[in-house]
Amino acid sequence: MKDMATQPILTLSDLSVHRGAAKILDRVTLSLAEGETLALVGESGAGKSTIATALMRLLDGAKVEGTAEMAGAGDLLALPERQMVKLRGRRLSMIFQDAGSALNPSYTVGRQLITVLRRNLGLSKAEARSRAIELFTSVGINDPEGRMTAYPHQLSGGMQQRVMVAIALACNPDLLLADEPTSALDVTIQAQIVRLILAQTRSRGASCIFVLHDLALASQSCDRIVVLYAGQVVEAGPSRDILERHRHPYTKQLKSCVLEIGTKDITAPEGTVPPHSEMPLGCRFATRCPRALPRCAGEAPPLQPARAGADGPLDHQFACWNPE
Amino acid sequence: MWGQALGKIAQTLVVLFVVSVASFGLLKLAPGDPIQIMLGSEFSQEAYDSLTAELGLDQPFLAQYADWAVRFVQGDWGTSYVARTDIFTYAFKEALPVTLTLASFSLAFAILIGVPLGVLSAVKKDTAFDAGAAVLALTGTAFPSFLLGILLIWFFAVKMQLFPVMGYVSPWQDFWGGIYHMILPGLTLSTYFIAMITRLTRATLIEVMEQPYIAAARARGEPSWRVIWVHGVRNIAMPLVTILGLQLGVLLQGTVLTETVFNLPGIGQMLTSAVLGREYMVVQAGVMMTATLFIGVNLLVDLSYPVLDPRLRTRK
Amino acid sequence: MSIQTPEAPTTLPPAEPPKKVRTGRRSIFLRRPFFTIALIVAAGYVLAAIFAPYVAPYDPVMQDINAMMQAPSVAHPLGTDSYGQDILSRVIYGARYALIIGLFSVLIGAAGGLVIGLAAGLSGGWVEWVLMRLIDSILALPSLILAVAFIAILGQGVDKVVVAVGLSMIGPFARTVRADVMQVRVQLFVEAATLMSIPYLRVIWRHVLPNVIFPLAVQVTIRISEAILVSSSLSFLGIGVTPPTPDWGLMIAEGRAFVSFAAWMSAMPGFALALLLIALSIVGDGIREEFDPKLRRGA
Repeated sequence: MKDMATQPILTLSDLSVHRGAAKILDRVTLSLAEGETLALVGESGAGKSTIATALMRLLDGAKVEGTAEMAGAGDLLALPERQMVKLRGRRLSMIFQDAGSALNPSYTVGRQLITVLRRNLGLSKAEARSRAIELFTSVGINDPEGRMTAYPHQLSGGMQQRVMVAIALACNPDLLLADEPTSALDVTIQAQIVRLILAQTRSRGASCIFVLHDLALASQSCDRIVVLYAGQVVEAGPSRDILERHRHPYTKQLKSCVLEIGTKDITAPEGTVPPHSEMPLGCRFATRCPRALPRCAGEAPPLQPARAGADGPLDHQFACWNPE
Repeated sequence: MWGQALGKIAQTLVVLFVVSVASFGLLKLAPGDPIQIMLGSEFSQEAYDSLTAELGLDQPFLAQYADWAVRFVQGDWGTSYVARTDIFTYAFKEALPVTLTLASFSLAFAILIGVPLGVLSAVKKDTAFDAGAAVLALTGTAFPSFLLGILLIWFFAVKMQLFPVMGYVSPWQDFWGGIYHMILPGLTLSTYFIAMITRLTRATLIEVMEQPYIAAARARGEPSWRVIWVHGVRNIAMPLVTILGLQLGVLLQGTVLTETVFNLPGIGQMLTSAVLGREYMVVQAGVMMTATLFIGVNLLVDLSYPVLDPRLRTRK
Repeated sequence: MSIQTPEAPTTLPPAEPPKKVRTGRRSIFLRRPFFTIALIVAAGYVLAAIFAPYVAPYDPVMQDINAMMQAPSVAHPLGTDSYGQDILSRVIYGARYALIIGLFSVLIGAAGGLVIGLAAGLSGGWVEWVLMRLIDSILALPSLILAVAFIAILGQGVDKVVVAVGLSMIGPFARTVRADVMQVRVQLFVEAATLMSIPYLRVIWRHVLPNVIFPLAVQVTIRISEAILVSSSLSFLGIGVTPPTPDWGLMIAEGRAFVSFAAWMSAMPGFALALLLIALSIVGDGIREEFDPKLRRGA
């Protein structure tokens, strides 16, 4: 756990994203302390990745509302594109889901890393090359010099993701967004990569937002967890609280399906997220909730503190009329 | 990889062989007696027989083919009956350079104009610019090039007097004069390709720009011009080269028409005048040269894939 | 082999992938306004061709020494040529020649392609190999060059042009037919039919042909414009249709020498040709996007 007194590096308030008539994110509010690691957890379609993409301002064709204050940079959602270009890769960087398709197939991995170093840090060719080899070494790529001239398709999935990590960390960013960095990898390598990303960000004192669908992995690796359902925050708090003292029925369902992974049969929580056109007016989870009350269908529950009087950044909050 | 390349070369040679048999057969199928044409209106039976034997025309088809093929490869393509010049010199040293100059000019125009237009249309997708480029591209692919050539002559050469009406100046001898004489023909021939490349670039670039590596490039702080030109356009090279290789036929047949419009002494003019003068050996030479060019370039295109797309090199 | 690639040499990738899911029950004419306009234009040409004797103000080959190279006027709306022939009448009759030559040569090409393609697709073994190399070789030459070679043997004239252009188009047809046959062949029902020892020809007739004919018909409509372009190119080169036939290519060539002071001589038939080609290519694109099941690019 980090020092609770540090300034927030990122304060996200009322982030909403619309694509056509669909509301993909609905007034998401969260903050991230300097050096903190935060996990965004939920089913696919919950809007986890949209948060990361919206922060990078890479969401094309969508309407984005709200603010995202980053320390020393301003509102990420309102900055002119020219300033965003300067932030991306330098203070703010992102690791993508599938490194195999996020690396340009036409250039060697060495060239892609060197380009970032030269363009973003203004290093000379030789400096950039030796930095690149250092970075490759630090992310656990063996034979880094030999791998410089490899094309992405010549590397294994794990190696590709290590390259992505090296590129993302090349300029020592303040905030790293990792969008399900392990979902395309073998289970055996997943934990390795997550540990690598965490170790690298912590050693740099950077903050990190992890998008994950695995609650157990999130609670093991991150300081704090935000559970999303259908574009809304349903529960947020320190990892231990979320895992052991969760209040929202959806978090419970997520946790129980995590436990079932051990039985080899990965089952998603029962039912499916309703389509955007049929989203209930009240609690969005009401259609699937075992504890639903008549009130839930018509009235949306606000986020409330789990413990009276607490309002620090590590607070445990949930949104439910009939909590566990 | 080398095995694959060798296989492709072998297949190419087979196709060339079939084409050569067919074009040799063409000569045999042609109406009119070549001996009679060569000897003129009055000749004796002895002269006829001796020339037949001299040319090997009394031999069986395959023997004649083999004889012809050997001589063809050696550059002995016979003599033009009417012009009484060596066909190899005429076709290879005089006509071919003109056609190649015209073709390469057009290709350069097509790429230099078509790719940027396509990129702009893709970037400005669904705007007025995009719609305008689409209409131009559609018109350009369907508009007959020989008509366009005449219109260009009428407007730029006759009305505006900016360019010469017709004629050929070798850019090897007079560089600027050559270019000056090539602008209108090059533009005429390249219109179809500009249109085609614009459409292809737009369609493939839109697809490429939706790939994750484009978003990833932006996420690394690449400015948009680099995202488009370095990360996007690099990845459309392969479909572009493929289509250019396939459409080379259109380019080659376009040279025939453009050469006639602008009076350029290339393979097209050679072919047309040979057909009118019933000089089958010249037709044959033109057909063989065109086919060899087309097949050869497509072989090069095939062999260039691993260069263009690293994923096609050694698989791990 | 380099040459047998999915794209036909003179067709383009569609600017947009086709919409697979039909949006409701709206008719193609409402969904594709450009297609509808182009179809109306093409239909106009067909009507002009059929009713040419009633529409044309003059006899297309009537020479009038007193009215040579006249600019467009009330008497001659599109002007006259160097023999005093009325260009409007020649353009209208020209539609006849263009459409007849285009249609018949495409039919020849499609018939030849059907035979070779079926044979190549069904034979297998060395026969298939030889036929494929033959198709490759035909495809190794651009259709205009092939047509020039055939004209060299056949000589000039409307009928010769039809045959030469038709023969030159066999290659692409044969290739698509063979591809269709191969697709049908791997489908289970043909194998099953062969297993049940139904006579071979009946298998072809009942199972293979129906699956080949429809895509072939689509190809025919698309390639009519190519045939018209190649045939008018031959005439333009002076080795196709012979004068005084009112052929557009020929008229453009005749006018070329007078472009500096009588530009209408080339321009009028030229625009007639260009408009028809553009209309046909829009119609062709529309038909292809609506009906061609193999449109998936690169498939």
